[in-house]
Amino acid sequence: MSAAAAQRLTEIKKRYPHPHSAVMSALYLAQEELGVIDQRGIQWVSEQLEMAPVHVQEVATFYTMYYKQPVGAYHFQVCRTLSCALRGSKHLTEHLKKRFHIKPNEVSADGKWSYEEVECLGSCGTAPMCEINDTYFENLTPEKLEAIIQRIEKEKPELRLSTLTDSLGDGLQGQPKSEVR
Amino acid sequence: MGNHRQILLKNIDHPDQHTVAGYESRGGYSVIKKAMGLDPLAVLEEVKKSGLRGRGGAGFGTGQKWSFIPRNSGKPIYIVQNADESGPGTFKDRLLLERDPHLVIEGQLICAWAVQSNFSVIYIRGEYGYPYIRIQRAIDEAYAKGYLGENIFGSGFTHHMIVHRGAGAYICGEETALLNSLEGKKGQPRLKPPYYPAAIGLYDCPTVVNNTETLAACVAILENGGEWYAAIGTEKSTGTKLISASGHINKPGIYEIEMGYPLLQFIEEECGGIWKGRNLKGVMPGGSSFPILRADELAGVNIDYESLSKAGSHVGSGGFMVMDDHTDMVEAALNVAHFYAHESCGQCTPCREGGHWIEKIFGRISKGGGLPGDVQLVESICGQVAGHTICAFGEALAWPAQSFIRKFPEEFRGRISEAREGRVISRESMNADVGGSH
Ligand SMILES: Cc1cc2nc3c(=O)[nH]c(=O)nc-3n(C[C@H](O)[C@H](O)[C@H](O)COP(=O)(O)O)c2cc1C
Ligand code: SF4
Ligand code: FES
Repeated sequence: MSAAAAQRLTEIKKRYPHPHSAVMSALYLAQEELGVIDQRGIQWVSEQLEMAPVHVQEVATFYTMYYKQPVGAYHFQVCRTLSCALRGSKHLTEHLKKRFHIKPNEVSADGKWSYEEVECLGSCGTAPMCEINDTYFENLTPEKLEAIIQRIEKEKPELRLSTLTDSLGDGLQGQPKSEVR
Repeated sequence: MGNHRQILLKNIDHPDQHTVAGYESRGGYSVIKKAMGLDPLAVLEEVKKSGLRGRGGAGFGTGQKWSFIPRNSGKPIYIVQNADESGPGTFKDRLLLERDPHLVIEGQLICAWAVQSNFSVIYIRGEYGYPYIRIQRAIDEAYAKGYLGENIFGSGFTHHMIVHRGAGAYICGEETALLNSLEGKKGQPRLKPPYYPAAIGLYDCPTVVNNTETLAACVAILENGGEWYAAIGTEKSTGTKLISASGHINKPGIYEIEMGYPLLQFIEEECGGIWKGRNLKGVMPGGSSFPILRADELAGVNIDYESLSKAGSHVGSGGFMVMDDHTDMVEAALNVAHFYAHESCGQCTPCREGGHWIEKIFGRISKGGGLPGDVQLVESICGQVAGHTICAFGEALAWPAQSFIRKFPEEFRGRISEAREGRVISRESMNADVGGSH
C-alpha cells in the first residue's frame, strides 16, 4: 500500500470522534489499490487503525462491496429486485452471460469483464438498471446495454467513483438522473 | 392531476440547485439563519406542531424523537442522517441528495440547532456514488460559506458535518445497525431496549437518527411554521410525502403528493395508469417491507398512515411498487423472499433460518415442486419470525410473504395442485414480460 493511501487515511481518521469509524473508508482505500480485499488489505487496515485483524476481517466480509475475489476491470451489477424484475432485468443478465461467456462472479479470460446480480440499487423508477463499476446505467434494454459495452470497448472509461464527474452528462460518464414526476 | 403543493421538490428542476449559489438564490440558508435567532426549544416546538412523522419507514413523530434527547447528560449529542436508502422500491432520498443537497444540509442544521449538536454524519449507501459526490461537494461549499464549521452566523455555535459511505448491506438502514456500522463494527442491529439511539446512540452518546426526507422537510416547517405544515394532509399524516413509483406503470418516477391523496387516483393520474393498457393486480404501497394490497381492496384507500394501516399495509418509505394483471404472484413473492433471505444479518435464528426457508418453499412452488402443506407452512414460519427477532427486519420479512399467500392463495394452491396432478404448465416467468421501457 502506498504512502499516499496512508496519508489519506490519516486525514479521514481525524474527521471522526473515534478512529475505528474509518475502517470502512480504509477498506475502500485498500480495495482501490489492490483491486480486492485479501490478507494484504486486512493487515494494512489493521495496522493503520490499530484494530485486531480478525475485527477488520469481520467488517470486510459483512459488506458486499468489498470484493474478496477479484472482479473484472468492468464489473456489471444488474439489479434483480422486484421493480427491476417486473421490467425485465433478467434479459440484461442473460445478455451478459451470452456476451461474455461467463457465469455470475466469474471473470473473463482477458480480465476485462465480470457480472453479478445484486439487490435493489435505489433506481427502481428507471428500471431495469445496471451499475458498472461505480456508475449507474438506467432504463436499459439488452440493446442499450450492448451499445454501452461497445462504447466501453472503444473509449475505455474508468467508471469509478474517483473518475465520476459532477456534470449531468449523457455519456458514459454516469447517467445521474433519477426521474422526477 | 392532483394539485399538490410542492414543498420538497419545488426547486428540484433548477439546473443549478445543487450549487450553493443556486440554492442561496432561491432563499437557501435563510431559514437556518432565522431559526438560529430562536431558542432551540422553540425550533423543536415548531417541528412538534408540524406533526411531521419520520419518512424512513416507521413514521415516528420527529419532534417527539428530538425531545427525547437529554440536554444535560454531559455527553456530546450526535445527529445521523439515514441516507442508506436500500429498501426495494425506494429511490427518493437519492433525488434530494443529487439535486438539492443543500436542502438536506439545511434541514440537518435545523435539527442540530434544535438539539444543540456539534457533529453530524450523513450515512449514505455505498452504491450511491454520484449522490455521494454531490452531497460531499455541497458540504465543502457550505463550509467555505461559513454555514458549517465554527461560529455559524457569528452565533458562537459550531457544527461539523461529514459523509460516511456504506458498503452494501441493506440492514445498515436499520438505525442501530447503522450506528454499529458507523462505529467500525459489523452492521448488526442492537437490542432495543436498552439501545434506543436517543439515549444510547453513536459511541453510547445521545443520537438523533432521521431519514433524509424527514430532515429536508424541516426547512419548510421552520420557514412557514409548524401549523402551516400541519394544515396540509390529514390529521395524523401531515404534510407532503415523496412517493417513489415503480413497476408496471406508464410514468415511473418520484412524485410529491399531499398526504391523504386517493391511491387509485395517484396510479391513474400521476403514474399515467397501468402500462400496456392492462389492469392493476396489486400494489406494495410502502416498499417491499409491508404487505401487498390487491386491486379490489383499493377503493377508497388514501395514501396516508391512517388509511393505509386500515387497509392492512403502511406508508412505509413510500416505495410504491405496482404490478399488472400479467404478474405471476408466485414469482413476485419469490423475488421478495430472496431479497430478505439474502439480506438478513444472521443474528437471530428465526430471521436467518426463516428467510431461507420461505425462499426455498416459494422456489419449489414456482418450479412445480410445491407440496400440499406449503401454504400453511409459510404461514407458520411467518408467525414464528414476526415478533421474535431483535429488529423489525423480522416483520419486514414475514409480513410481505404472508400477504402474498393470503391475498393470492389460489395462485399458490393452483400451482401446487397442478404439479401434484402432473399438469405442470410451463409459464413465462414474470421476467419475460418486458417492453415498456424500450
Ligand atoms: C430492516 C430495516 C431497514 C431500514 N432501512 C432504512 C433506510 O434505508 N432508510 C431509512 O431512513 N430508514 C430505514 N429504516 C428505519 C430506521 O431504522 C429508522 O427508523 C429511521 O431512519 C428513522 O428516521 P425517521 O424517523 O426520519 O424515519 C429501516 C428499518 C429497518 C427495520
Ligand atoms: S431480525 Fe434479522 S436482520 Fe434483524 S437483527 Fe435479527 S437476524 Fe439481524
Ligand atoms: S428494484 Fe432495481 S433498482 Fe430498485
